[in-house]
Amino acid sequence: MSLDIVSLDIVQMVLVTVLTAATPLILAGIGELVVERSGVLNLGVEGMMVLGAAAAFAVATQTGSTGLGALGGAGAGLLLAALFGVLTVGLAANQVASGLALTILGLGLSGLVGAGYVGMKRDPAPHLHLPGLTDLPGIGRLLFGHDAFVYAALLLVVGVWWFLWRTRAGLILRAVGDDHTATHALGLKVRKVRFLAVLFGGACAGLAGAYLSLAYTPFWAPAMTAGRGWIALALVVFASWQPLRVAAGALLFGGATVLQLHAQAAGLGLPGQLLSALPYLATILALVLLSLGRRRGGSLAPAALGRVFAPSR
Amino acid sequence: MRLDLLPRARRSPWLDLLAPALAFLAAVLIGGIAVAILGVPPGQAFLTYFVAPLSEVWSLQEVALKAAPLALIATGLAFCYRANLWNIGAEGQYVAGGLAGGWVAVAAHGSQGPTVWILPAMLLAGTLAGIAYAMIPALLRVRLGVSEILTSLMLVYVAQLLLDYMVRGPLRDPQGYNFPQSVSFEDAARLPLLMEGESLHAGVLISGLAIALAALVLARTLFGFEVRAVGASPRAARFAGFSDARLTLAVFAISGGAAGLAGICEVAGRIGQLQPEISPGYGFTAIIVAFLGRLSPPGILLAALVIALTTIGGEGAQIDLKLPLDLTRAFQGLLLGLVLGADVLTRYHVRIVPGGAGAKVTP
Repeated sequence: MSLDIVSLDIVQMVLVTVLTAATPLILAGIGELVVERSGVLNLGVEGMMVLGAAAAFAVATQTGSTGLGALGGAGAGLLLAALFGVLTVGLAANQVASGLALTILGLGLSGLVGAGYVGMKRDPAPHLHLPGLTDLPGIGRLLFGHDAFVYAALLLVVGVWWFLWRTRAGLILRAVGDDHTATHALGLKVRKVRFLAVLFGGACAGLAGAYLSLAYTPFWAPAMTAGRGWIALALVVFASWQPLRVAAGALLFGGATVLQLHAQAAGLGLPGQLLSALPYLATILALVLLSLGRRRGGSLAPAALGRVFAPSR
Repeated sequence: MRLDLLPRARRSPWLDLLAPALAFLAAVLIGGIAVAILGVPPGQAFLTYFVAPLSEVWSLQEVALKAAPLALIATGLAFCYRANLWNIGAEGQYVAGGLAGGWVAVAAHGSQGPTVWILPAMLLAGTLAGIAYAMIPALLRVRLGVSEILTSLMLVYVAQLLLDYMVRGPLRDPQGYNFPQSVSFEDAARLPLLMEGESLHAGVLISGLAIALAALVLARTLFGFEVRAVGASPRAARFAGFSDARLTLAVFAISGGAAGLAGICEVAGRIGQLQPEISPGYGFTAIIVAFLGRLSPPGILLAALVIALTTIGGEGAQIDLKLPLDLTRAFQGLLLGLVLGADVLTRYHVRIVPGGAGAKVTP
């Protein structure tokens, strides 16, 4: 009996680490999903995320509050996204190039913001503790023992799903993403909808970065996002623009990350570089499998994704 | 207030030149404010960033050595971007080129007999490896419809890890005290210096030739016309019978080959051995250069010089003024953003309409 509980606890521990590894991907992915559903492709997720991480750590260290730090991270991501929105939505600039500019700008700015905080440590964001419930063997920590970011990420997934498929505003957003000319002709404010979507995506990416520097590691290091922003972008494609599948995909990737860490610790004789390359190879493989499975179905992407819109009166 | 964009009937050549110049000016102004906030007089910073590197022979050579790979990679990328294909993994193709070419040098190390073949073989291997590495995202896109943006980027990380593995494992110098680096190449495997005792090497000439060739192909051949036509109007190009798949493979091969060549030129030129890091992010910076140069070879050459200048200037500013290197990167990102924004001036009449909360629909 006691042996069962021990092994159950190990399974729980693994699942907990999978969920924590998946959380930044869920946060950034769900934000980008909304952006892409509105027809805008923002490749700057990595830049917004890394700036969010730096800003969150700086604010949290200065104020001593993890909550304010998280807000700071989300705000920094939002500001950077606003710049992208002005360029691509307001001025009809090329979205791919602008997104790349955003990534480079974000990496540079994060270095400036975080310069004074390299090597500092903070206590990680506090974890939920409900007496009795959190201590339940086997499932207590998995259900009731996370920090606020994890619950926020899960709520966000459900919230975005509900928004997109159960509200009028969500319907408008999806319509704008599928055909900006027609929605514009109907009198809907295409650029306003897209700009708001871009801001939301930026805040989510910033929050994902905040999670990394305030809860996951918890410290600030230059370029600490290590390509997670790009993996989040791939996740949105992988999830065929469905919120619940973004969460599922993020858990899969979280699982791959944890597996890689365990394999490295166990010393399987594989070169460490191969294991480190696994998440990237897995992303490519996932995209390949996805398109193999969909040869005849046509694309599920929002029809106006990445196309510039300049209203013609 | 509302912003209206009315497409211009024809582009003005004056605006085409003025818009990026304005963007550059705006970026310098914002950079000056940022520098002032960091507590350095903007005038002094301007001199350090933009003037000092031009005032000495060694720093002029450094600018040329940095500009050459940037311009070469960016010229290759211009083919892709003009055709609306988004290879953002040039950094990986650069690493693949450097690794493959460097491998040839390591394999030929200490061999007897004639050595004239080594350097050409290295350059060829580097270029071919860059092409081969670029074929992965290109083929995945053509055959399976997988987004080339994500795959090419993911492959950057894979290439860097592969290089890291090789220099710590199979290609490590046995007499190197376990340092993660290969043997130092023999003279026959190094690009010759252009001037005795200086740092400028033949890689700059090779890059220049390759860029000139690419410019010629883009401007004067049917293939170049195809690339430009697809970019200008994909539908018209399809009606004209241009094959999407063939074009995709071709432009990826060109950009991958250019990046691979740049990689092996850096390894055989300045570095002279394989090590875990062979690029200060050239493949990514080249994306900025490509757009800054408005995807045309002469513009790219100018843009590469400007970016190389700010990079060398940034290193000087770090030493002399204690300004962080990240400032340079932020400046470059901002500059690209502003250039893209200024582009709107060349394509549209911009009208600011006061009042009116949103676009009114006039029947």
